Amino acid sequence: MGVGIRVTNLNAWYGDNHTLQDINLHMPANNATALIGPSGCGKSTFVRCLNRMHETNPIARATGSVMMGDLDIYKDASPVEVRRRVGMVFQRPNPFPTMSIYDNVASGLRLNGFRNRRVLDEVVERSLRSAALWDEVKDDLKRKSGASISGGQQQRLCIARALAVDPEVLLMDEPASALDPVSTSKIEDLIFQLKSQYTIVIVTHNMQQAARVAENTGFFLNGKMIEFAATHKIFTNPTDKRTEDYITGRFG
Amino acid sequence: MRDSIKTGRVRSAWRWSANHVFTLLAVGSTVLVLAPLVAIFIYLLYKGASSLNWAFFTQIPKPVGESGGGMANAIVGSGIILAIASAIGIPIGIAGGVYLSEYGRGRMLANAVRFTADVLNGVPSIVMGISVYALIVLKAKHFSGYSGGVALGIMMIPTVIRTTEEMLLTVPSAIREAALGLGVPAWRAVVSVSLKTASPGIITGCMLAFARVAGETAPLLFTAFGNAFWSTNPNQPMAALPLQIYVYAISPYDDWHRLAWAGALVLIAMIMVSVSLVRYVASRGILKGAS
Ligand SMILES: Nc1ncnc2c1ncn2[C@@H]1O[C@H](COP(=O)(O)OP(=O)(O)O)[C@@H](O)[C@H]1O
Ligand SMILES: [Mg+2]
Repeated sequence: MGVGIRVTNLNAWYGDNHTLQDINLHMPANNATALIGPSGCGKSTFVRCLNRMHETNPIARATGSVMMGDLDIYKDASPVEVRRRVGMVFQRPNPFPTMSIYDNVASGLRLNGFRNRRVLDEVVERSLRSAALWDEVKDDLKRKSGASISGGQQQRLCIARALAVDPEVLLMDEPASALDPVSTSKIEDLIFQLKSQYTIVIVTHNMQQAARVAENTGFFLNGKMIEFAATHKIFTNPTDKRTEDYITGRFG
Repeated sequence: MRDSIKTGRVRSAWRWSANHVFTLLAVGSTVLVLAPLVAIFIYLLYKGASSLNWAFFTQIPKPVGESGGGMANAIVGSGIILAIASAIGIPIGIAGGVYLSEYGRGRMLANAVRFTADVLNGVPSIVMGISVYALIVLKAKHFSGYSGGVALGIMMIPTVIRTTEEMLLTVPSAIREAALGLGVPAWRAVVSVSLKTASPGIITGCMLAFARVAGETAPLLFTAFGNAFWSTNPNQPMAALPLQIYVYAISPYDDWHRLAWAGALVLIAMIMVSVSLVRYVASRGILKGAS
């Protein structure tokens, strides 16, 4: 099951660059939340603060609090524990090229020391089915490298890999921006189904996509969150002038 | 209009010839690089093959004056010494390379390690032999196969360190992040993902280091020392192919000269076989479509 995410006074820096400034928002459990905004406004940085990936960069720093359910991820847990509960899908599909399709999906469990073959088989099948990829790859599971399938399939493989460790939250940073329209729509259908089990945060440049999959949408601009509201409200009747300008294509 | 067509044609003619000139240059240089290798191998075959027989691989050297005999003890000795060298040089080199690329970016210690590795690479092999002689042989009060292995192992380290570092740096950060994003501890991500992804290049580096020290004679002169008899105990003086070749080649006997050529041929063949074997074993695990 998903958990709600409450972000309070989140600030983030790269060196002296104050990339995120006082972000506050609440993302309800088992909803999809879309984040939109022009390039460089801090969407990726924000998402990376939600699984403590931000701090893997030596010049990066963050303050504030992020609650996932009852867990303060910066106080009560190690980065490794946080990342087991928060799956992440990146902009470019990044399957492990030296691993088979099966091993890619099993990697999260295996690399954490899990060895039971029968359970792994089950998890791999279930995750690939959840990622709508099972039928396309079931005959090549252990024969083909994760890097040998199409880009759209690779991205769904990455989703399956993230789901296999049974997270509560799924972060997706422009998951479809490198994909063709057919693959994109498959990913969108998938997000729609996954909401029942996970809380989803999706960064997107595509406003139709946000409108299709997300209950709530946040608009970022220059490191600040300008507006956060129900998606249909953001797109039909935004409160802030800057949101309206962005939505109607006047900048960005 | 006419002019521009003309200059266009002149340009494309120039481009055509430039293309061919460069292709020729490239092919020419390749031949130039390969020629000495092929020449050496053919010459070795010519000089050494006739002395290769069953006895060469099964017998130990005969005393001066008796003809026949072989280098079985040197072949086995080289195998043992190189195994010890690899057991020292490869793990230390890989660990050092991992430190440099994954943890040591911009740190003082990392720069010191890099500098040391480069200097070590430039240390003449005879100096390495004398150093190990002073540090190990003098303390133990006798020559030994393992001290030869230590000398060669230290000589392997710089090559293995630098190729490991370089190969790890070619692993895309997206792959590293994918592992971290799954909640995999950093050390585990390095071992099971980064190292594994970089392994073809790292294996090549290890083979390069291995092949380089396999033919070294000078570091063994004061360490393994050589042995005319069977010696499989690494704590005793040990025969090795390069030493045996050296001793035979500078001897005044024609018979021994022929054996030296045969030994050189076997040494090169041993290196080629072990490198090919490792490559074959390493390539068997590679999947369809893996990049
Ligand atoms: N690794 C990094 N090092 C330094 N600055 C960075 C790094 N990544 C992003 N930034 C800076 O942080 C700001 C926000 O970037 P990002 O979060 O990637 O924006 P978005 O995902 O909205 O395009 C940009 O000004 C960018 O230059
Ligand atoms: Mg981004």
